[in-house]
Amino acid sequence: MNDTPALDVNEMSFEQAMAELEKVLGQLERGDVALDESITLYERGAALKKRCEAKLKEATEKVAAITLDSDGTPTGLTPVEGL
Amino acid sequence: MDLIDSPEPGSNTPEFTVSEVAGSVKKLIEAELGWVRIKGEVGRVIIARSGHMYFDLKDDRSVLSCMTWKGQVSGLGIVPEEGMEVIAEGKMTASGFQSKFALNAQRMTVAGEGALMALLEKRKKLLAGEGLFEESLKQPLPYLPDVIGVITSLQGAVIRDILHRLRDRFPRKVLIWPVAVQGAACAPEVARAIKGFNAFSVGGSMPRPDLLIVARGGGSVEDLWGFNEEIVARAAAASDIPLISAVGHETDTTLIDFVSDKRAPTPTAAAELAVPVRHELAAWVDQAEARMSTALSSGLTRRDQRLRDLARALPKAQSLTDVPQQRLDTVGDKLGPALMAGVQRRSIKLADVSGALRPGTLQRMIANDRKRLDVLSARLGPALGRSVTSKSDKLAVRIARFDPKRLMKDVQTRHETLERAVARMVDGGHRQIDALTRKLEAMDRLRMTLGYKATLDRGYAIVRGDGAIVTTAKAASKAGVLEIEFADKKMTVGGKSAKPSKPSPKPAASPTDQGSLF
Repeated sequence: MNDTPALDVNEMSFEQAMAELEKVLGQLERGDVALDESITLYERGAALKKRCEAKLKEATEKVAAITLDSDGTPTGLTPVEGL
Repeated sequence: MDLIDSPEPGSNTPEFTVSEVAGSVKKLIEAELGWVRIKGEVGRVIIARSGHMYFDLKDDRSVLSCMTWKGQVSGLGIVPEEGMEVIAEGKMTASGFQSKFALNAQRMTVAGEGALMALLEKRKKLLAGEGLFEESLKQPLPYLPDVIGVITSLQGAVIRDILHRLRDRFPRKVLIWPVAVQGAACAPEVARAIKGFNAFSVGGSMPRPDLLIVARGGGSVEDLWGFNEEIVARAAAASDIPLISAVGHETDTTLIDFVSDKRAPTPTAAAELAVPVRHELAAWVDQAEARMSTALSSGLTRRDQRLRDLARALPKAQSLTDVPQQRLDTVGDKLGPALMAGVQRRSIKLADVSGALRPGTLQRMIANDRKRLDVLSARLGPALGRSVTSKSDKLAVRIARFDPKRLMKDVQTRHETLERAVARMVDGGHRQIDALTRKLEAMDRLRMTLGYKATLDRGYAIVRGDGAIVTTAKAASKAGVLEIEFADKKMTVGGKSAKPSKPSPKPAASPTDQGSLF
């Protein structure tokens, strides 16, 4: 957890949060950290897990097609239904 | 209107205008040939700014100009390239404006699959040569893209397959850029879509995708041909957004597959490459929480256990001190005797050393030294006296040798020598002067005897006329005045002036003149 202390958990992508969580787990499971630090690690792990869950919840489908003018230049979006 | 059977020239058959002839040619060609299919090799191709396309078709002997109007280009089927073997279909037409005939090509296919494959190989070689297929250019796909851009047709099963599979795995935002997936419009539209997505800004009203999928279902080589076009391949290679290509069936390979970051065998497979499975991730995250709790509690348990173990292993305080206590006792017992023995040993040594150290010995040493000092100081006075005496003796000898009388005699002798030398020098000087005087007198006497004055004494006389010596009578007769010098004096006689022997009034003046002759 000392490698990237500056990185805010709430700005991490799912992949970053997951990788970080994996690292925290590794450290905790190896059991070679001091007791104080293992508690800090646990708290960080909990925050990371929360971030992962939040990203997983953002799983809403939204499909749109791009509308083009006669020259083929994009002009906007139109929702696509029933596909 | 029959041009061929016209009467002989010069007849009064009405003339045609140029436009009438051109119109007839145009009608003939269009009526005779109409819609034709022509096989040939494409020569140079020019797409004018207006959008019209001009190209040549040729075989080993002839060249045919062809043109396709702007509105027809998209329906042509393929875009002709120089060197391509094609079958073009269209209408023959003639232009009176330029006196030219041409084919208005409206459909075109590549002549034979072999020719197409050869063309594809050529392009592959070209792009590979430019390094566009390099593994180092491939970008990794994002683990979980927020927005996926799909470039395909809105019709057909492809987009449905993709959306279904995405929905199953991990529902995402999907932007579809509709394009033609076959025909001549396919390649430019796909290329434009790839560039267009890359131009979107992150978080704009049209968000920039994190991942692109270019997809098309299976079809013939000709159907898929648009994805073999160079512009599509170059656009895909230049894309900053990671791109998955999924064109045709698993066995079809198109040019875009070589430059895409990942090739999916089918559109469904592309969706699988695009996103992970959501519930698997959710399970992993749940598991992670459990693992974390287990790890933490097992860490505590382990520490607790370790503490107990250590506490158990900790010996009683008494047992810790027993052995040292025993050693202390032993050593303590030995301490007194050891001290005594040490003191004794040292006192013996002291006695040994101090035995030699007595005042008598010291005094003896001082007396000895004093004696030596006395002897040496007694020798000091006489030695100095001796040295002075010897030097004063030497001085006395030298004084005795010194004799002032001898010195005076020496001075006297040298003085006499000097006087003698001076007398000799004065003598010599006188003698030399006397000798020279005598020599001078003798020479003067000689001079007197040799001079003519002495002859005058012996009776000779000297005659002079007009100041010069006269030796002849002739000269004497010519002279005005004759002057005769005798031993005692001179006298003047006669002369041409007829004044007979009148003596010169100034005989005293002559001798001064004559004196100069001698």
